[in-house]
Amino acid sequence: MTRMVVDTANHLAGYAAKAARVKVVAAYPITPQTTVVEKIADFVESGEMDAEYIRVESEHSAMVACIGAAATGVRTFTATSAQGLALMHEALHWASGSRLPIVMAVVNRAMGAPWSIWPDLSDSLSQRDTGWIQFYCADNQEVFDMILQAYKLCEDERVFLPAMVCLEGFILSHTYAPAKLPEQSKIDEFLPPYKCGWMLDVDRPYSHANLVSPEWYMEFRFMIQEAMENAKRLIPQVANDYGKRFGHGYGGLVERYKCDDADLVLLTMGTIGSDAKLAVDKLRQEGLKVGSARVRVYRPFPVEEIVDLAKNVRMFATIDRHISFGMEGFLASEVKASLFGQKDRPLFAGFIAGLGGRDVTAETVEKLAKRSLKWTDLGKVEKETEWVDLRE
Amino acid sequence: MLKEIRIHGRGGQGSVTAAEVLAHAAFIEGKWVQAFPYFGAERRGAPVKAFARISSAPLLVHSQVYCPDYVIVLDPYLYKVVDVTEGLKKDGVIVMNTKRKPGELGLEGWRVATVDATGIALELNLLVAGLPVVNSSILGAFAKASGEVKLESVLQAVKETWSGGAGEKNARATELAYERVVRWWDGEG
Amino acid sequence: MVAMPKKRRDLPVTPLSYPTVGSMGKTGSWRTFRPEVNYSKCTRCVLCWVFCPDAVITRQEDDSPKIDYDYCKGCGICANECPVKAIIMVREEE
Repeated sequence: MTRMVVDTANHLAGYAAKAARVKVVAAYPITPQTTVVEKIADFVESGEMDAEYIRVESEHSAMVACIGAAATGVRTFTATSAQGLALMHEALHWASGSRLPIVMAVVNRAMGAPWSIWPDLSDSLSQRDTGWIQFYCADNQEVFDMILQAYKLCEDERVFLPAMVCLEGFILSHTYAPAKLPEQSKIDEFLPPYKCGWMLDVDRPYSHANLVSPEWYMEFRFMIQEAMENAKRLIPQVANDYGKRFGHGYGGLVERYKCDDADLVLLTMGTIGSDAKLAVDKLRQEGLKVGSARVRVYRPFPVEEIVDLAKNVRMFATIDRHISFGMEGFLASEVKASLFGQKDRPLFAGFIAGLGGRDVTAETVEKLAKRSLKWTDLGKVEKETEWVDLRE
Repeated sequence: MLKEIRIHGRGGQGSVTAAEVLAHAAFIEGKWVQAFPYFGAERRGAPVKAFARISSAPLLVHSQVYCPDYVIVLDPYLYKVVDVTEGLKKDGVIVMNTKRKPGELGLEGWRVATVDATGIALELNLLVAGLPVVNSSILGAFAKASGEVKLESVLQAVKETWSGGAGEKNARATELAYERVVRWWDGEG
Repeated sequence: MVAMPKKRRDLPVTPLSYPTVGSMGKTGSWRTFRPEVNYSKCTRCVLCWVFCPDAVITRQEDDSPKIDYDYCKGCGICANECPVKAIIMVREEE
């Protein structure tokens, strides 16, 4: 029976791992991820979920345990945040290089120092080069849906890469809101049994990822890039399939809102993309032609969608909930890079907002939009990167 | 329709649970809801805030609540250290666990409803680790004072949150508070 | 034994290495010194077999060691570990 529940995104991530019939979860607790794995531990304890829960001593161990488990032929799941994700870093490279379809919920939290438990996207975005597919969610339902879709995508033989499903700490992780849990039998029809490209077998022993000389290493890396390109094509297909079966869709790699005739498009990620819709509606009421676009998939980066979105738009303004020190917001850089080859490009402004959990309201987004529109009329942007509401 | 509620309490009093149960009650009535805490330093006794939103349509907003329509205060002494009226809409309502009158609380000019939730908890022997459980009763008071949720919905939500004997006791507390809450602006007091 | 790939499309998704005997060729040619066993002194304690890092010593039916000189690198660990000095390291002939 499909049922409506009111629960936190963290608990829904636990429900998704259960619905996906995950067999091994190896995890270490960290705020604000803890309730994901506590929920799963409850399920395993009660027998509701037929899985092995491995209590490891660190996040690095969690990821290598997942690698080991996935390599033996079982669907694997874990979750972490911030410093925990950073601690896994070398193992993240290993997981993608080993082409194992592990899915991990990353409950976004600001990186220390200074210490913070509040949300921004710096943790997962600083891992963007590790070869993991990255999804960014804007509400609780999306978290549940994307974990299931991630397994379907990652276990496709044209992909065989691990994926992070990212959700902002507290804003989604600890917020109770309604969500639909589809019937298990229908989920089983959508998500077939686990598949991966290779599997450890005691009857036919071999080891993986051994030393590869300069003669062949580049080719293995090229194959990962190919898999990412394949993922870019397959993500909308998986989403369409899911949408047909369960009724929810999010509009592909980039979710557009009122962009068709927009002079200005606000580019966002995560929950800011949801509040941005409220800002767009308010601005439209004032006769201003503004749209918003939420980048839902950061790796592989939706270059083609960005190029298409830029046509007929006079200005792009990105709102980055993270900064790459010494450069600019990650989204800003990659949007600009996507557009570099185009003859006609919109004006561009990059905003940094919401770091360390500083609240970003629809009113703030409205303010940024109005500033950007002023620059659009002037034909010139005042500052290429601006930090929003920074104290003097 | 969108109503925003802020709940003030101390760590351990069940402010976050109160927000969740309130959200459940509204959800039972077909509303779209959100309930979330604001996390600061977590320890028993420290002031905490929790929030709920009740809406007739799915919510896109994810930012915090700044201008609540209602404020619920679980602790009788909190008003001394925390400005419970911050951001509260002019015609907003404060529902407070206290034995005192609004005048004695420095809340003149505001619409205040009071109930001795601590007293109800002690009367029913509704204690956890020796401390009175006040969140279930305050929600009964909220239902009556605000009219935003029906008593039956709150009772159902309470019984779904706490099972068995605890559920019955909490539900009784809810009912008593619903009966006893005084809406001072209505000329009741 | 899987054949070495010639083209990128022959590659598995991640490098996979199957155990083979002597995948680096006959490493016996690396030796400067070879271990020689005095079987009358040998007490069949099997310590040399336990310690050989290249697994070139086979434990025979009577627990005496048999050294595979195709792969033995002459590291001398077996001679070092033998408690009765039944193994001596002898200079290889050119």
